[in-house]
Amino acid sequence: MPYALCFLLFMIGLYCAVVKKNMVKIVIGIMVMEYAVNLFLIMLGYRTGGEAPIIDKGHLESADTFAKFVSSSVDPLPQALVLTAIVISLGSLALMISICIRTYEKYGTFDITEIRRLRG
Amino acid sequence: MSVIVPLPVFVAIPLVAAFLIPLFGKKGKAMATVLANLATVSLLVLAIFSIGQSRTYEVGKWSIPLGINLVLDGLSSLLLLAISVVSTAAMLFSARYMEQYTAKAKYLSLFLLMVTGMNGVVLSGDIFNLFVFLEIASLASYALVGFGCEHEELEASFKYMVLGSIASIFILFGVALVYGNTGMLNMAYISKAIQSSGLNAGLMFALALFIVGFGLKAALVPFHAWLPDAHPSAPAPISAMLSGILIKTLGIYALCRVIFNIFGISVSIGWLLVVLGILSMVAGAFLAIGQWDLKRLMAYSSISQIGYVILGIGLGGLIIARGGNLAWASLAILGGLFHLVNHAVYKSLLFLTSGSVQMATGTRQLREMGGLAEKLPVTRATCTIASASIVGIPPFSGFWSKLILVVAAVQAHFYWVAAIIVFVSLCTLIMYLKVQRYVFLGELPENLQQVKESKGTMLVAMIFLACLCVLMGLLLLVPGLKQSILDPAVKVLTDGLLYSANVIGTQ
Repeated sequence: MPYALCFLLFMIGLYCAVVKKNMVKIVIGIMVMEYAVNLFLIMLGYRTGGEAPIIDKGHLESADTFAKFVSSSVDPLPQALVLTAIVISLGSLALMISICIRTYEKYGTFDITEIRRLRG
Repeated sequence: MSVIVPLPVFVAIPLVAAFLIPLFGKKGKAMATVLANLATVSLLVLAIFSIGQSRTYEVGKWSIPLGINLVLDGLSSLLLLAISVVSTAAMLFSARYMEQYTAKAKYLSLFLLMVTGMNGVVLSGDIFNLFVFLEIASLASYALVGFGCEHEELEASFKYMVLGSIASIFILFGVALVYGNTGMLNMAYISKAIQSSGLNAGLMFALALFIVGFGLKAALVPFHAWLPDAHPSAPAPISAMLSGILIKTLGIYALCRVIFNIFGISVSIGWLLVVLGILSMVAGAFLAIGQWDLKRLMAYSSISQIGYVILGIGLGGLIIARGGNLAWASLAILGGLFHLVNHAVYKSLLFLTSGSVQMATGTRQLREMGGLAEKLPVTRATCTIASASIVGIPPFSGFWSKLILVVAAVQAHFYWVAAIIVFVSLCTLIMYLKVQRYVFLGELPENLQQVKESKGTMLVAMIFLACLCVLMGLLLLVPGLKQSILDPAVKVLTDGLLYSANVIGTQ
């Protein structure tokens, strides 16, 4: 069920990016898609009732406690991936917004149906 | 050649240079240009030394699958060579051409970041790392397309950026699905996991996402809408980089790696590649003939030429998947990859000559030019060589790769494919006769009486690429060169899933 909702969020973002005429709304749509994918990655590693994947002394006392830790801790790798992906999307968001601002200065509008000098 | 080049150097040199260049400030523009050129030339030398070698490197000594590894094999070194040849020429050309823009240091930084990203994509053996490098290269290219900050540039850059970002998100989604289904991020281990457990629905969906994502980056025909806007709007050396090598590295290379080496080729995927290739070839060629903007015409012809590459590779994959004769499959893939390298050289040369024409006349419209043959003799000569190559007139480079493709198609009994290849070549001939006719022949308009030939490094860059266009045929005809450069690259794709065993075995 959470995966379906996550996919729905992805489709909402895609719809927004493809259908909307306003440049800023397109950017928002792209970012919604990006967050949906990030959410998906986090969910991949999540376990219901899991604990943070940080080893402390208590976990190393015996083989039993360690095995329990391994079986109940959350997968940390997707979290690292999402951190990287967030930084990348921040960079691309900054660039997209600055291009939007420069375009607004030149054309005086955010409407992509009016920003059409390139054809063919 | 027994020089062992450490693999991270290919990423480190342009990255370090990119961040050193802004430090020179406004006064050190000459220094910055020299440094940037040194970086690209040293990459070219290193790429030549690394031909014919194959090895892996574990970043930070973390052994795979825990850590990230870099893999150099035949396909990687072929692409590294192509990237460094095109970037060396484009950088030489920019040394003079970019004087007409402000903020040259920022341009040089972004250029080198793009090279960093492409080298990283080619060397990476980890699928998430591939995505990160792909984003570095793409972000730098979005900024470079909008570098002029005029109406058209900004519009093109936004369009490119929206489609490029959607492609990147699709690829990231694919990576997430692959991780969810196999628990691995290293390409060799993913491939091993897929071989032992087979494809399930999640992995099929991931493969579809990869094909759409990389197809968007490569501008294959249903996904090509951004290319004819983005490539002409960029400054000429950047158009050369984008059309010459960026779409191939981020699109074709990554697609081949994922399909052939990770998921394994199947008959349906082979057919899909062939159909995409033919659509791109035909649609790109028809759309190009109708264009009156010089660079836009060349951009559409890039779509058409990318079609040849993917057709050759797809045809080879199809023959392998059907269990056909491996010799003809290798021949088709050889044709595709050789065409990739040839196209990198002559299309970047064509865009550089268009930059030279634009700098001299101040326009890109074919109707406003004419009779420039006497005013711009070197540009005319190099442009004619490049046009002859792209059309496929012997002995220039394009002829050999198209010949191989036709021979492979006929031998594998795909006669209609061979017919389409020849037909699209005729369309290409019409396109470039149009360029010759309207740019260089005919009446010289009044307002262009005073134009001057470009000078210095621009000419060096164009002549360098023109010489390569003439000599590229040797890559195929001299057995030693073919065995050390092209054959290992073909073998990476024909071996397919053996990739994982090779990588895991050679550490």
